[in-house]
Amino acid sequence: MIHPRTHVTEDGWREAIGRLAAGSTTLLGLWADGIDVLMAVSLGDSDVSVISYTCRDGRFPSVGAKHPPAIRLERAIQTLFGIEADGAVDKRPWLDLGFWDVAHPLSVIPGRAEGASPESITPALRSMDSGPAASRRPGMTYQFLPVEGEGLHEVAVGPVHAGIIEPGHFRFTANGEHVVRLEQRLGYVHKGIEGLMQGATLAHAAKLAGRTSGDSTVAYTYAFALAAETALEIKAPPRAVYLRALMAELERLANHLGDIGAICNDAAFALMLAHMAVLRERTLRAADACFGHRLMRDVIVPGGVARDIAPAGIAELRALLDTVRTAFPRLKELYDNTASLQDRTVTTGIVKSEYARQFGAGGYVGRASGRAYDARRALRYAPYDGLTFDVPVLEAGDVNARVWIRILEVEQSLALIEQIIGRLPEGPLSVAAEPKGTCEGLAMTEAFRGDVLVWLRLDEQGRVARCHLRDASWFQWPLLETAIEGNIIADFPICNKSFNCSYSGHDL
Amino acid sequence: MRRTLLDSLHGPLTEAPPAPDEAALKELAQSVNRAARARLGRSLSIRQVDAGSCNGCELEIHALSNAFYDLERFGLRFVASPRHADVLMVTGPVTKNMREALKRTYEATPDPKWVVAVGGCAADGGIFAGSYAVEGGVKDVVPVDLHIPGCPPNPRQLLAGLLALLQRAA
Repeated sequence: MIHPRTHVTEDGWREAIGRLAAGSTTLLGLWADGIDVLMAVSLGDSDVSVISYTCRDGRFPSVGAKHPPAIRLERAIQTLFGIEADGAVDKRPWLDLGFWDVAHPLSVIPGRAEGASPESITPALRSMDSGPAASRRPGMTYQFLPVEGEGLHEVAVGPVHAGIIEPGHFRFTANGEHVVRLEQRLGYVHKGIEGLMQGATLAHAAKLAGRTSGDSTVAYTYAFALAAETALEIKAPPRAVYLRALMAELERLANHLGDIGAICNDAAFALMLAHMAVLRERTLRAADACFGHRLMRDVIVPGGVARDIAPAGIAELRALLDTVRTAFPRLKELYDNTASLQDRTVTTGIVKSEYARQFGAGGYVGRASGRAYDARRALRYAPYDGLTFDVPVLEAGDVNARVWIRILEVEQSLALIEQIIGRLPEGPLSVAAEPKGTCEGLAMTEAFRGDVLVWLRLDEQGRVARCHLRDASWFQWPLLETAIEGNIIADFPICNKSFNCSYSGHDL
Repeated sequence: MRRTLLDSLHGPLTEAPPAPDEAALKELAQSVNRAARARLGRSLSIRQVDAGSCNGCELEIHALSNAFYDLERFGLRFVASPRHADVLMVTGPVTKNMREALKRTYEATPDPKWVVAVGGCAADGGIFAGSYAVEGGVKDVVPVDLHIPGCPPNPRQLLAGLLALLQRAA
């Protein structure tokens, strides 16, 4: 059950913070809209509420001060909207690395960038910054958290990394080989998606949503469409409902297959990558044959789906199921029986279960650390309310557990695809998404890496007045910082790949 | 493991290469000279740089290395450092936050070098053009020799573009 927005007073806001801090509710998102800050929380797993607090003097009581998972979200609000969190422990900017022409770009009245004069920045501070001082707005410096102790050294990695991977900056402090602290600095791929959304038509905004994180394009357009449909009080027709889930499971399957191979490859076990990449390719080709695009981009639209599955699609999918079901068990056994590989994955990069709970970590990161949350199960959105599937959960929290969650979910997705194509209803593909005056909607879908949350407010003309997209990565990136502690730097790539957080989905 | 390993030696998956992209060939003719061909041989090292993409292009660039496309059979390979690279393969609209990093990566790449802009966003910023956080296409920051369109381009399109580059460069 998803409840619409409730306006609260300062007392109500503080009470909500108290509940988060006590662990009786889970933070699902924290964002701003004009001069309001909004918070989505869940009580239990299935009861989602949105509360909003109007910042009359441009400030709101800090959530992050009492509940750490909110810290980066709050920093993003401060950076993008210029609204300040009172009592915040960390007031450094987030996403803005000092290269934009405007400060607080989403503020109701965007101001030109202002800051301290360049002379006031000492050379020492400049060098601490992860990026070049040239072409930066004056006053934009960034101080990484201090680490003190004997024999410590820093290793700076990124934004351009060694592989075919998204950009981000990692600052390691190490004692010999062992990581004492990792601090991330993200925002390099910030494209201003939420800014571009404002005033966009539903159709254009849906395309933007589908380009928030390319690997989850289905999950994003799915969540965006559901949020818009909630706002407009319309329902996609049954055939569209099933086709959406079919695409979501194909996307999950392709990503999990790719990830299992890539994680093993980071342990120098290239054989698994070679085989998994073949299965992934076959999945993408089947998706292409069914929906005309390998990643199934722009097929889900508000109101339904833009195109039907190709006539030969069902046969393609049955062939895919046969191929994966024949090849996968042997590869699973290979993973399980290769001691040199297990040596790298077992007990590496452990996420403590209390952190997974506190941060509301979704996807394989949460489920490998005992948090049995899956939006498909928790919110029972159609057609998942009528489909049979398990949500695998493990307790170990290491790289191995995150691999196993993916292995088990590959099997679940295969079973789901079979169920969906077995009962795909006939009928129309979409209903019209007509404007119905100012309205709001929130929806969540389960992407392969965890829950995606989309909240939007539409104006009189049915255009997007404000849309917030929250990737699962927001609550997973901070846990990667905890998971690497005490591990060796050489194991960072395998830990990082086992999380496979989205940079673009986070940076927006 | 032995059985899986031996079975995978048969190699029935790798497909015939697509014909080099004609339009791409034309675009390249202006930027590549004979001397470079002699120096490089039929081999190019590629450094991929994500300058702001949604990661969709990265997925398809990764696919180039799978058994179906097997990029390395053409002498094309991905390297970890721009200092080892002949080609920069750049994706995404260039975000303001990545502009400087892209320029530095370009400057770190030894001559002769080529820049391939991959995807619709890399051409002109695509759907993200006009944002306060976006600089524009790759050509707005570093000189570009070849554009491969698509959202994202599929591996065959990527391969066709790269083969065109190889024919001219090597």
